[in-house]
Amino acid sequence: MESTFPEQIRKLALALACMLATREVWADYKLNLTEGVTSISREAYRLHMLALWICVVIAIVVFGAMAWSIYHHRKSRGAVAASFHDNTKVEIAWTIVPFLILVVLAIPATNALIAMNDTSNADLTIKITGLQWRWRYDYLKEDISFVSNLDDKSAAAAKQGSGIDPRTVEHYLLNVDNPVVVPVGKKVRFLLNASDVIHSWWVPDLGFKKDAIPGFVNEIWARVDTPGTYRGQCTELCGVGHGFMPIVLIAMNEPEYLVWLAQQHAASAKARAGGDRTWTREELLAKGDEVYAKNCAACHQPNGEGIPGAFKALKGSPVVKGPLAEHIDRVMNGKPGTAMPPFAAQLSDAEIAAVITHERNAWGNNTGDLVQPAQIKAARK
Amino acid sequence: MTELALPHPHDHTHPSGITRWLFTTNHKDIGTLYLLFSVSMLFIGGSFAMVVRAELFQPGLQFVSPHFFNQMATMHALVMIFGAVMPAFVGLANWMIPLMIGAPDMALPRLNNWSFWLLPFAFTLLLATLFMPGGAPSGGWTMYPPLVLQMGMAFPFLIFAVHLMGLSSVMGAINVITTVFNMRAPGMTYGKLPLFVWTWVITAFLLIAAMPVLAGAVTMLLTDKFFGTSFFNAAGGGDPVMFQHVFWFFGHPEVYIMILPAFGIVSQIVPTFARKPLFGYTSMIYAVASIAFLSFIVWAHHMFTVGMPLAGELFFMYSTVLIAVPTGVKVFNWVATMWRGSMTFETPMLWALCFIILFSIGGFSGLMLGLAPVDFQYQDTYFVVAHFHYVLVTGAVFAIIAGVYFWLPKWTGRMYDERLGKLHFWLSTISVNVLFFPQHFLGLAGMPRRIPDYAVQFSGWNMVSSLGAFAFGASQLIFLYIVVRAISGHGAKASAQVWEGAQGLEWTLSSPPPYHSFNEPPKVP
Ligand code: HEM
Ligand SMILES: [Cu+2]
Ligand SMILES: [Cu+2]
Repeated sequence: MESTFPEQIRKLALALACMLATREVWADYKLNLTEGVTSISREAYRLHMLALWICVVIAIVVFGAMAWSIYHHRKSRGAVAASFHDNTKVEIAWTIVPFLILVVLAIPATNALIAMNDTSNADLTIKITGLQWRWRYDYLKEDISFVSNLDDKSAAAAKQGSGIDPRTVEHYLLNVDNPVVVPVGKKVRFLLNASDVIHSWWVPDLGFKKDAIPGFVNEIWARVDTPGTYRGQCTELCGVGHGFMPIVLIAMNEPEYLVWLAQQHAASAKARAGGDRTWTREELLAKGDEVYAKNCAACHQPNGEGIPGAFKALKGSPVVKGPLAEHIDRVMNGKPGTAMPPFAAQLSDAEIAAVITHERNAWGNNTGDLVQPAQIKAARK
Repeated sequence: MTELALPHPHDHTHPSGITRWLFTTNHKDIGTLYLLFSVSMLFIGGSFAMVVRAELFQPGLQFVSPHFFNQMATMHALVMIFGAVMPAFVGLANWMIPLMIGAPDMALPRLNNWSFWLLPFAFTLLLATLFMPGGAPSGGWTMYPPLVLQMGMAFPFLIFAVHLMGLSSVMGAINVITTVFNMRAPGMTYGKLPLFVWTWVITAFLLIAAMPVLAGAVTMLLTDKFFGTSFFNAAGGGDPVMFQHVFWFFGHPEVYIMILPAFGIVSQIVPTFARKPLFGYTSMIYAVASIAFLSFIVWAHHMFTVGMPLAGELFFMYSTVLIAVPTGVKVFNWVATMWRGSMTFETPMLWALCFIILFSIGGFSGLMLGLAPVDFQYQDTYFVVAHFHYVLVTGAVFAIIAGVYFWLPKWTGRMYDERLGKLHFWLSTISVNVLFFPQHFLGLAGMPRRIPDYAVQFSGWNMVSSLGAFAFGASQLIFLYIVVRAISGHGAKASAQVWEGAQGLEWTLSSPPPYHSFNEPPKVP
């Protein structure tokens, strides 16, 4: 059954054609920009279509003239070259006409830009913080804050050689554990900031992206007018996890939104309580394993061996096996000038305690140490 | 103008073997070196792109880790921009400018040797990082801090490599300006300079103004990383966005550095095969000059989303879309040059025509990107990737290939195989559109750039794009074969004139031209 070289190429081509022709490959594909669900996104869409059609018309005129000339003015049809090489009137015309077209585009663009920049009179403010590689949301005045990670199913399938077909995962890479929720019809002001490197927060249906920059606060707003779930992604290269920090925004009607708020208040009270009690070894290790997988494994790897030259190994690391205080400090405050971020603001006392316990006991680091949330609380002072 | 110290006309012996190339001060040899260097970088940078497209063929991570993916994307851009496109234009300038203006050589031949020989060192440093612990640079060719400062051992190598490339470009630019200002044959007035020369002179000024800015920016990165400064570190009172301003103050002129000489090449080719003088010679020069000027006041259109004041966003939007006017003038002039000409369609003409159409498509998406409120949607998506590949691949690279086909018979004295050339053209043109056109759809549908894996609704067009990429990559092997054959002396002998409609001093010399040409200044008609 030896196949010859051209036959192999034929088979390969056939296989590729079959792959291309499958339904899954083309599931839900889109060609154009979304109209979205805010005034900003609709304005962007209108402007996009206006610009697109203007370009199409210009293209037809210019390429049409070219095609005409290529067909009629060819030597093989006996065309004899004319010798003209300028014409002031024509040249002035094709400088002024494009300029006027630009004015037509610039007027609505200017208005849209002015509207986008008006963040006054917001009903609600949400602070968004970009972290390597997750988003943190703080509802100002509500005392609600949570971190939003890539969901577990996507994360598992996205591992190299996971053997899981991404097509079997619902909303692959566009799903999170804790979505951000906004009320429909309310003007929501977003404040953007980052704690490590620059990220960019984009939900196409809201009509904008905005950079989250360490040390700066950016402002933007949206008034979502249709309830629904809207998905987006980080759009500024931010390291190895850049493709894996999606955004899910749910717009709810006021009553549901209030229910959600109440749930969040309850949950944060519970989390606070968790930080005040003493945890068992099993509880700490189980929680620590979970926290590690979500926050640390992307760099330090699931096996704790890191990536030589890029990310330090934790297995056998002097910090992990050394004095506890230094380990706590490194996790809470990070290491400036490297990719190691400070986790103090992202994780609760219990989570930090658990992950440190996990690291000190995994991969043959059997120090036997246990760290309690109270120790972290003390270290925060 | 000819009192400069020239190589002695009777001295026809020149070193052979490796020393000929190491110590050469001859503009033709140095031009050849630049072009060979460029083509090798084209294939190295191209192979990085193949890795990227292979990984993106399907959703899921099949071949490489996200870390390596980011290295490939970053290195692809750095190698293509600084290793393939820019040296190719310098190589063409070296070969053609002295021939076109009737000069015996470049004005500063030793500097010329040095500018070339910096490049192999710069790229050895850069490519060596692939084998270092932590790998090659992976923060994008734009090198934004703070991300870039997280890089490991590769960081100082990247910075030093960029310094060397910048040095090389600036010296090359000084050489072009000095040559054109001082060594034109009697009668070769500015009003008669071929457009390739004009566009290169303007490009050279852009290089001299822009490259030192890049050098300054990366030096500040270096001191931030190693010497405790805080230029871009907010915690120390610096500003990470300032890097972006400085970088793009270099970066936008840089993209025009890569397209203005391409305009020049196309402006040589179209009249030749239309057998009609270039339409609007003077307005072409004014258009290039105004593009060059505007290129310094539009930089922040790359950073509409960083949160500038409204007035800033408006200014950069207006200045950006204004570039469409002189760009349009150039396209209209080329079409008017063809109008009522007597056209034939040899391979260089095919590439040039295709340049005009596909570059314009890149210009259209550029106009759309310039509209700030919509750029808040487009920014950092595949729509931008499609845009800059239309202007850079089907723009700059297509023009370089057109130029190579146009001048190869002059350089080697051999005609390339016209059938193979056309095959190369059609395969490349079809596959490049299969490769890049669907990326517009992907970007509009919401796919961010620089991601190693994507949501499944993007599968279809990514697969199409990857197939186009493999076909485009493979088609370039034909190009390699064609060029190698001509260099090794195969093919019909070329006449001095080469093309029926060719006009200009370069076509009065034999093909290939003598090692030392125009020792006696030619008569300019
Ligand atoms: C009509 C002329 C043009 C206009 C109005 C224009 C406009 C723009 C804008 C607004 C962006 C930023 C998009 C974004 O990041 O959201 C952009 C990106 C880019 N443009 Fe153009 N452009 C034009 C022509 C060109 C040409 C001639 C080149 C090069 C030959 C070029 C190369 C690039 C590159 C490389 C980028 C992306 C850089 C990066 O982020 O990595 N453009 N262009
Ligand atoms: Cu990111
Ligand atoms: Cu630009």
